[in-house]
Amino acid sequence: MADTAQVIQDERLKKEGLGTRLLRRPELGAIAGFVLVTAFFLYTADGAMFTLSGILNFMTPAAQLGILAIGAAMLMIGGEFDLSIGSMVAFAGLIFGAGVVTLGLPLILAIPLTLMVAAGIGAINGSIVLKTGLPSFIVTLAFLFILRGASLVGLKLASNGSTQLRGIRDAVEGDWLAPLFSGDALGPLFVWLADIGLVETFSNGTPKVTGIPVEIIWFVVITLVATYVLLRTPFGNWIFASGGDRDAASNSGVPVRRVKISLFMFAACCGAIVAIITVMDAGSTDARRGFMKEFEAIIAAVIGGCLLTGGYGSAIGAFFGALIFGMVTIGLTYTDFDQDWFQVFLGGMLLIAVLFNNYIRKRVTGER
Amino acid sequence: MALDTNFHHGDSPKDAPPILEMRDIEKHFGNIIALAGVSFDVRLGECHCLLGDNGAGKSTFIKTMSGVHKPTKGTITIGGKPMNFSSPREAMEAGIATVFQDLAMIPLMSVTRNFFMGREPTKGVGPFKRLDVERMNEVTMTHMREMGINLRAPDQAVGTLSGGERQTVAIARAVYFGARVLILDEPTSALGVRQTSNVLATIDRVRKQGVGVVFISHNVRHAMAVGDRFTVLNRGKTLGTARRGEITAEELQDMMAGGQEMAQLEGSLGGTV
Ligand SMILES: Nc1ncnc2c1ncn2[C@@H]1O[C@H](COP(=O)(O)OP(=O)(O)OP(=O)(O)O)[C@@H](O)[C@H]1O
Ligand SMILES: [Mg+2]
Repeated sequence: MADTAQVIQDERLKKEGLGTRLLRRPELGAIAGFVLVTAFFLYTADGAMFTLSGILNFMTPAAQLGILAIGAAMLMIGGEFDLSIGSMVAFAGLIFGAGVVTLGLPLILAIPLTLMVAAGIGAINGSIVLKTGLPSFIVTLAFLFILRGASLVGLKLASNGSTQLRGIRDAVEGDWLAPLFSGDALGPLFVWLADIGLVETFSNGTPKVTGIPVEIIWFVVITLVATYVLLRTPFGNWIFASGGDRDAASNSGVPVRRVKISLFMFAACCGAIVAIITVMDAGSTDARRGFMKEFEAIIAAVIGGCLLTGGYGSAIGAFFGALIFGMVTIGLTYTDFDQDWFQVFLGGMLLIAVLFNNYIRKRVTGER
Repeated sequence: MALDTNFHHGDSPKDAPPILEMRDIEKHFGNIIALAGVSFDVRLGECHCLLGDNGAGKSTFIKTMSGVHKPTKGTITIGGKPMNFSSPREAMEAGIATVFQDLAMIPLMSVTRNFFMGREPTKGVGPFKRLDVERMNEVTMTHMREMGINLRAPDQAVGTLSGGERQTVAIARAVYFGARVLILDEPTSALGVRQTSNVLATIDRVRKQGVGVVFISHNVRHAMAVGDRFTVLNRGKTLGTARRGEITAEELQDMMAGGQEMAQLEGSLGGTV
């Protein structure tokens, strides 16, 4: 069969260059942006930025944002928004903190509890959106406030009036699950790398970088899994279809409700994972955790090539969108520029990304 | 072009029980009565044409067959079993495939992904179950070629296809998945001469394979070319069902348009309609 396909040469098919084919990939813009931003900082920033510890220094916030951005991107490809994932970080932080400190639960119970509460709230968000047909924008905006407020009230209850819940580090100390969610991973590898001289060491011989912060590992793994699901599974096809045209997808047999509600649950769980990691890292939780992160996550997803109208985008793109974000936030401190350029830069990136995506969409759909 | 001489119509299986039977279907949208009690059936191996003017309720009717709308009143039985579809997916699982009037295609997605949307073939087991992309591409290319369209590439976005090419993808998809009943809602409205006769030939072929076909058209000639039975809808009601040979194209035409006015119009246009 493949042979006949090749025999029939279509005279109306121009040879497509590599460039045109690349242009059709949604993540192209973000990768190009990443290269540009890297070049910019290579040129302007102190050399320390691109040493191993410098890189991990901006990768860590990038990963914390990136996990949210992947959740936001998947949801956007599925045609919906969730403005409550930032507040979800605070709320899940409260559930987790109260679980380990107030209730004294071990991680093996506290973590599933946190994820289940988050998934439940995601499902509520999704069900309201789908039942009423209201824009997810407005429904999740309500939850942005509800969850933020509930976090404040809950924290006061759990900590007798303060808005910060402490003592989490002591509570999880020694728990066998803790290394999965806190500290550095791949420690032995770095000791070995230091031994063979690939990683700088302090004078006593311990490596200057003791491992990769776990959030970076989580970020990479979640990106890879999300990409696989999107491109290589039926569920991924359903995500694109549900976001592209809800009615057409449903009429073609795609279980649109199930797909969208799962995506809301996934995005909320991304918020919960960030909460668990950052709360364990800080040893305490407070009500401002995740503040404004929903917008940053959506911006990273858009820089990553997601269309605001749904049905198009990629997890790899969101990955690079988050990297750009982390690089710019931290990178400016390595330069002579005023740090407050950050927001100007961000707005500029967002604008360019949206214009670029719009142009790409017209090319892909051949809008006439 | 005398299309109706192209196909052999076996005696439509008069006494075979219908595979799909709709009884007194009513559909209300708020205070709009789109369907006011329509009965209709289709047997395996026949092509039952549904005709009617714009707004007569044809699309609404077939959407109750394919699980998009729940009928307000009335019953649907398939192979004698009463059915109550709550989603198009359930209708598909019962072997009903539909070409919707609006085609139900996603412009941003590739032809292949559209073709298999909702029914993707997989390979591998357990968590490693993944899309069988090669098979998907091959089936899509083959079936499009069978319908007389050479796709440039299976990963071309549907949005870049011409209207007729898009319609052909939708038809090829439904034919591929229509195990028992194939519903086509004005499938030829955007097609050229060659593709139209291709579609009519395809209807004839799947009918011979024993599939029940429901064919909606405004074009009486196309309907006469392949139809075994004809049902005319008017303002949400059936005007009756006729067998092939019991009715002429002119009579059908008149019924569709409500007789009188059409006759007058025909006179003033010099018989060109
Ligand atoms: N979702 C809906 N809400 C309200 N009214 C509807 C809806 N769908 C259809 N209708 C009405 O039902 C009637 C029948 O529409 P339908 O689409 O079934 O007509 P049709 O016979 O397919 O016409 P055409 O030949 O133009 O495709 C129309 O008057 C239409 O306005
Ligand atoms: Mg119609």
